[in-house]
Amino acid sequence: MLTKRIIPCLDIKDGRTVKGVNFENIRDAGDPIELGALYAQQGADELVFLDITATNERRKTLSELVTRIARHVNIPFTVGGGISAVEDVYVLLQSGADKISVNTSAFKRPELVDELAREFGSQCIVLAIDTRFEGDDWYVYLNGGRVKTETKAYDWAKEAVNRGAGEILLTSMNNDGTKQGFALDITGRLSQNLNVPVIASGGAGTMEHFTDVFGQAQADAALAASIFHYKEIEIPTLKQYLYGKGVNIRF
Amino acid sequence: MNTAIIKYNAGNIRSVLFALDRLGVQGTVTDDPEEIRSADKVIFPGVGEASTAMAYLRERGLDKLITSLEQPVLGICLGMQLLCKHSEENDTDCLGIFDVQVKRFQSPVENLLKIPQIGWNNVANLHSTIFEHVPENSYMYFVHSYYAALSPDTVAMANYVINYSAALQKDNFYAVQFHPEKSAEAGQHVLESFLKL
Repeated sequence: MLTKRIIPCLDIKDGRTVKGVNFENIRDAGDPIELGALYAQQGADELVFLDITATNERRKTLSELVTRIARHVNIPFTVGGGISAVEDVYVLLQSGADKISVNTSAFKRPELVDELAREFGSQCIVLAIDTRFEGDDWYVYLNGGRVKTETKAYDWAKEAVNRGAGEILLTSMNNDGTKQGFALDITGRLSQNLNVPVIASGGAGTMEHFTDVFGQAQADAALAASIFHYKEIEIPTLKQYLYGKGVNIRF
Repeated sequence: MNTAIIKYNAGNIRSVLFALDRLGVQGTVTDDPEEIRSADKVIFPGVGEASTAMAYLRERGLDKLITSLEQPVLGICLGMQLLCKHSEENDTDCLGIFDVQVKRFQSPVENLLKIPQIGWNNVANLHSTIFEHVPENSYMYFVHSYYAALSPDTVAMANYVINYSAALQKDNFYAVQFHPEKSAEAGQHVLESFLKL
């Protein structure tokens, strides 16, 4: 049986792991390759590396980093951050990434999703959505959560899946950094209405939050950063706990 | 030892190369017939689409070369599907080493089954030398929309609503639907056992 996935996320800036709390106040959390290999060894099912470097050098730095990760890590990993062209994706996949994630660039030019799916296959195209609940619904935010749009997260996710996105990485900005649990409603709505896997992100604080997001919201995977980076929850303990709760996971 | 990785228009080759490297084996990525024929082991990887991949192989005569190989050959993912007889993916005639049909996953109820299957699934009924060091029901990493049906050549089974072939073996041809190069320790054991054949 296919298992639920636990995915540590590593935000990368200038080659180091950092974690933004509420998308701000970045702190250093170590060497990404060391950390990635450690998580793989501990039983992480996948890794996500999000590059938040904003310099001109970033493209080359990122592909070199991806090569180093692929060399050392024996589980699948996704790379995202500032990807806006087919050539960027080609370079990253050639460097050894298993999947790439797109966010703002895909929203601004949705055809990018079609092009990437056609060129590389849906299985390696992850659509990342940052969303915030406002008034009546969940809306899409761009540029790392700084720019609001009038589009509902559900509508954009559905369109992107139709265009060929193979997975949705959904981050709730209301929940991110709060450690009060994942956004179960919007995660559940996407997971139950789309025929691609949904990765829930934002809000993990306790092991019970993972049980909730896999059970109630039927997420296919759950992503977290700081609780793993700062060892508040260790992956083997989490997996043991989930197994005890009847969640189908890998040992 | 000389391990050739067949170079063609399918992704994921680098990951295989790195996985071999972690086992202390240097692989050579090549589409040179002589180099492939003289290798001790041949790996036929692949992530991509069946008809495009087959067209590419035929254009370069790699189809005939692959089927005539006598050393151990390991097909991975699309590589496994291409070693089968026919794929539903764009109605493609494949290499025919295994007399097996490759079909698309069908969700019995809308959205119940997510396609592609992406993630870790357990492999059972293991009976091949390549699983010598892999415990029954170990988890492997799968990414696929099409699957090889069960057959007398099935040497590992997985389930995604239906039971299907997670691995096939016939004579010197071995094939796995999952990605051993991405399946942590369990996958490393598969590669290691294959390299020791």
